[in-house]
Amino acid sequence: MQGAEVQSTGRDEPVLPLRAAAERNERAAEVAAADPARRPELLARLAADVRASVVRTIGAARFGHVGGDLSVTDILTTLFFGVLRVRPAEPTWPDRDRLVLSKGHCAVSLYSVLALAGFFPREALETFVRPLSPLNGHPNRRKVPGVEANTGALGHGLPFGVGCAVAARLAGSQRRVFVVLGDGELQEGSNWEAAMTAGHRRLGNLTAVVDRNGLQQGARTEATNRLEPLADKWRAFGWEAVEVDGHDHQALLEVFTRPPGERPRCVVARTVKGRGVSFMEDRVEYHHKVPTPEQVRQALAELGR
Amino acid sequence: MSAEVQARPGTFDCRVAFAEELCALARADPRILAVCNDSVGSSNLGGFATEFPDRLVNVGIAEQDMVGVAAGLANGGYVPFVCAAAPFLTARGLEQIKNDLAYSHYHAVLCGMSPGMGYGELGPTHHSIEDLTWLRAIDELAVVVPADPDETRAAVRWAAAADGPVFLRISRLKVPAVTPAGAPFVGGKATELRAGRDVTIAAHGVVLHRALEAAELLATRGIQARVLNLSSVKPLDVDAILRAAEETGRIVTVEESVVSGLGGAVAEVVCQRRPVPMRLLGVPHFAPTGDERFLLDHFGLDPKGIAAAALELAG
Repeated sequence: MQGAEVQSTGRDEPVLPLRAAAERNERAAEVAAADPARRPELLARLAADVRASVVRTIGAARFGHVGGDLSVTDILTTLFFGVLRVRPAEPTWPDRDRLVLSKGHCAVSLYSVLALAGFFPREALETFVRPLSPLNGHPNRRKVPGVEANTGALGHGLPFGVGCAVAARLAGSQRRVFVVLGDGELQEGSNWEAAMTAGHRRLGNLTAVVDRNGLQQGARTEATNRLEPLADKWRAFGWEAVEVDGHDHQALLEVFTRPPGERPRCVVARTVKGRGVSFMEDRVEYHHKVPTPEQVRQALAELGR
Repeated sequence: MSAEVQARPGTFDCRVAFAEELCALARADPRILAVCNDSVGSSNLGGFATEFPDRLVNVGIAEQDMVGVAAGLANGGYVPFVCAAAPFLTARGLEQIKNDLAYSHYHAVLCGMSPGMGYGELGPTHHSIEDLTWLRAIDELAVVVPADPDETRAAVRWAAAADGPVFLRISRLKVPAVTPAGAPFVGGKATELRAGRDVTIAAHGVVLHRALEAAELLATRGIQARVLNLSSVKPLDVDAILRAAEETGRIVTVEESVVSGLGGAVAEVVCQRRPVPMRLLGVPHFAPTGDERFLLDHFGLDPKGIAAAALELAG
């Protein structure tokens, strides 16, 4: 029922094998077992690990979209270690919650979270964008366990997520669907086609999370093609919209674990591009500027590594 | 469409066979869904909607959404049949077809309704003469053009069981039955509908019976034309094409499309593996006003026009 298996690309193309590194997501289990008051602190520690992994991986590969990777880190960390019901050793388990990273250019953040969660060994991150690596600049579901769709072209994740949510409802499953969107990509009209569909169908099992860092590749979103009032736009399309601090693990955890309502939910997560590294924060050039080795050292020092 | 065409006895609208087969599949397999863009009527999905109201996902007039939603449904283990007018499905949803279905390798069946110049007088905005060219360029996607109701049914069954996405052209122009009754459809396999060694006419879809009629005309001139049904544009039956080149020495392709669809696909094989003279017949440019049958004749895709092209090569 789940389509092709990971790593079976149906052709004679060498691919480095990626096998699950863990039977279960130990770190998520640790967060779940902790006193609720301590969970944000544990998530913050994991997010720091992910940020360090992002900086190291991009620094070594000399390639990546570091600014967006760092703005979306707390969202992905909270989802994978505090919210999603997924199984690293059984990535196509039919009743898993679906996580779709629509902003596929921030693959390194996703890869880092997946590796930390046990979907594949962390050493594999060293192969990022090397020739024939399964870890392409954008994620490929047939090569990387835990990936649901081959995103990268913008505006594709939300329609896909709507389909996932309709499928869950048809199957009578309680599984949930989370789609993580960039803010700039909301300029793609396909998102709003999907937003209408989800609102019309009252897909309460669907959550869209907007990484609202305010910057797109070339400039601020508001200087390019204005998005605000963003939450009101979602409300007008029949969604519940919530605005939170996208780096506040407590707030993210609270909103992501609210029971599904009568409407799809949009979480506008206010974030800072390049978050955690002083010289990258809120700087448009770090959309895909690669830090120098010296800057990597400085960034890691700032992240406490 | 002219009254004369609709009244012609013994001709069939492939959309009817398509819809009947889809309902039959859906009765047997709960994974089968229909997804459409306000196209219940034009895709002949009324029966499906009545019988399986919960399994019809109508997203409204939103083709990017429609294809992306289908990929998400496939992710959940369903087999969506995406039914929409061919021009909008393929042009509007092209990037979703490429990334969400083909590159992500999700199994959905894209049913391009009323393709080619099927919408006749509605004009080139509603014609889909580019779809075969665009879609055959996409890796992992099968491209199939059935010729008559029986082949449509067989192709629908094959597509439902395929591993990966499939594009089916489902025509509205009434056509006679030309393929052997009950024959299975096999992706990547051409079938020979008429034997001949002087020239090959390779066609499919609504122009296939015209190719057969052209072969009759050629026979009266002493030319024996082989007629190949290349309903499977991708994968392509390379062996059948090479045999045709070897044994007949000349190939004419006929399609309701710009010639970079079927013609281009065949020529890519022929020019590299067994060069022989070819004529590629198709739709040369945006069509003037007219119904589908008129336009096919207008562009020389009638038996006489096809025979004339074959005579140029074989005469």
